[in-house]
Amino acid sequence: MSEIKFNDETLAMVQSIIKRYPEGKQKSALLPLLHLAQAEFNGWLSSPVMDYVASLLNIKPVEVYEVASFYSMYNLKPVGKCLLEVCRTSSCWLRGANEIVEHIENKLGIKDGETTADGKFTLKTVECLGSCGTAPMLQLGADFHENLTFEKVDALISEWSNKAEHSKYLDIDTFRKN
Amino acid sequence: MSKKILLEHINVPGINTLAVYREKGGYASVEKALKTMAPDAIVEEVKKSGLRGRGGAGFPTGMKWSFLAKPEGVARYLVCNADESEPGTFKDRYLMEKIPHLLIEGMITSSFALGANSSYIYVRGEYFYIIKILEKAIADAYEAGWLGKNILGTGYDLDLYVQAGAGAYICGEETALLESLEGKRGNPRIKPPFPAIAGLYGCPTVVNNVETIAAVVPIVNNGGDWYAGIGIGKSTGTKLISASGHINKPGVYEIEMGITVEDFIYSEEYCGGIKNGKKLKAVVAGGSSVPILPAEMILTTASGEKRLMSYESLADGGFATGTMLGSGGFIVMDETTSIVQNLHTFARFYHHESCGQCSPCREGTGWMEKILHKILDGHGTIQDVDLLWEIQRKIEGNTICPLGDAAAWPVASAIRHFRHEFEEYVKNPAVIKEVKHYHNMHNLATA
Repeated sequence: MSEIKFNDETLAMVQSIIKRYPEGKQKSALLPLLHLAQAEFNGWLSSPVMDYVASLLNIKPVEVYEVASFYSMYNLKPVGKCLLEVCRTSSCWLRGANEIVEHIENKLGIKDGETTADGKFTLKTVECLGSCGTAPMLQLGADFHENLTFEKVDALISEWSNKAEHSKYLDIDTFRKN
Repeated sequence: MSKKILLEHINVPGINTLAVYREKGGYASVEKALKTMAPDAIVEEVKKSGLRGRGGAGFPTGMKWSFLAKPEGVARYLVCNADESEPGTFKDRYLMEKIPHLLIEGMITSSFALGANSSYIYVRGEYFYIIKILEKAIADAYEAGWLGKNILGTGYDLDLYVQAGAGAYICGEETALLESLEGKRGNPRIKPPFPAIAGLYGCPTVVNNVETIAAVVPIVNNGGDWYAGIGIGKSTGTKLISASGHINKPGVYEIEMGITVEDFIYSEEYCGGIKNGKKLKAVVAGGSSVPILPAEMILTTASGEKRLMSYESLADGGFATGTMLGSGGFIVMDETTSIVQNLHTFARFYHHESCGQCSPCREGTGWMEKILHKILDGHGTIQDVDLLWEIQRKIEGNTICPLGDAAAWPVASAIRHFRHEFEEYVKNPAVIKEVKHYHNMHNLATA
């Protein structure tokens, strides 16, 4: 990996976020910064990336590792360009989440947690995403795809098969600039 | 007709914008509170209203506010718990998405009442699109002078920030949320001290749910007595219920406390009955952590009265024949549903979401999931069902935070009310293949 450094716009956002907390409490910015890092560095957090985030907050790298390994939204190994996160908890299960997962597995030739050989798709089952009323659902990037059918899933896979870019679960505009 | 207070203007086009929200009377509570009320008077109105925390625990909000320590020269904080992650619960998401200024208005009025000059809304990370909506609404509120320095020329300053979580259910527990907001793992703290004494950065802090804070707006506008006059008994006001599962009309409904459960499930105004004309089998009334009840028990109390949508009526009978209102996450299951399989989804959830700090929870949730998996895989024994019962008993009440209880109660209630189903799986493994929702769980064995 080339030198790890946020682009200028993200760096400005980092400074803006740190100012949200009292002086000396800059560690509070860790979760938002890890989201920014994951978004900017190919969808996952390598050790050098986490070390870089630690340096920005003037905290020890291990403080970043212990946080990154605790929260399920941080990927500690590479993921495909398109990360399909399918909810499988009660309400989604009641409305066919397992069948959706099976359908994706069959279509992509991968199992839960795996990435296709071409690095295009990763399938991940996740716990409740708060879309119980519009179940079954999956999250792709920042977008919730709800009331899923096999046809909707097929269309999504088809769309993303032709894309070169990484699905971004976060863009910098998510955060208010102040 | 349903009583709408929080969702009164939800279908007004553009209500998510400041301009339309203002046209509908938005921010009146801020004006009234900051210009005409002393902070303690607001706390008194909230006390009078009987409002109870809408996140699940149902603790009286005004009382919680009155516990806040006020040492001189020490910052105080209001933190909004928008880490909505309880399976079956999606009401706060709806509120924030459709009418974000209601929450922001509630945050300003509540922060003023509590003497907080910096407040945070902690939103579950998966709701990034909600974060975007809130950030935009906050920016507009700053620009209009509802936030920032010297609000309305009253000398009151408030900064409001959104914090993104990162996918940990445990961060819905208030002390774990504070740890997370401080940039740490979401490990719950031992209480006492309670956040009202030592919360965010060791300072006095109130943590309230989204719906709770939103409800402060109409309470300040109309008075605590007005709010207390809505609902039934100690279940005052309205409640947002998120309904899902085998019903014709899943969605978020605002109900006046005290309507019957039967009405809620079967009337066209709410859930519209069971999907495909099937029979009702069971309901989880308040999110995954509350006891599941069979149809007859959710519709009728042990004394034969119609069960009501209220804290007291749902809890009538204790855990023997009752349940809890909880977060209002209302999951309906029809006659085809396998209770054992549904329970497995809950057990897997709690195992996955346990922070790992307390042994009974860390180990117990894992064992419950494994035993359920064994039963569902056709290798269970009657002893396994008994073991499941014993494990949940050893978790309940033996952990720092309520996640242990939340993991134990669904297991206890499922065995209590549906033991015959577990025994059927054990005695006749072939039944597993006949159950509609059965899924090959090959990848769970190694999870």
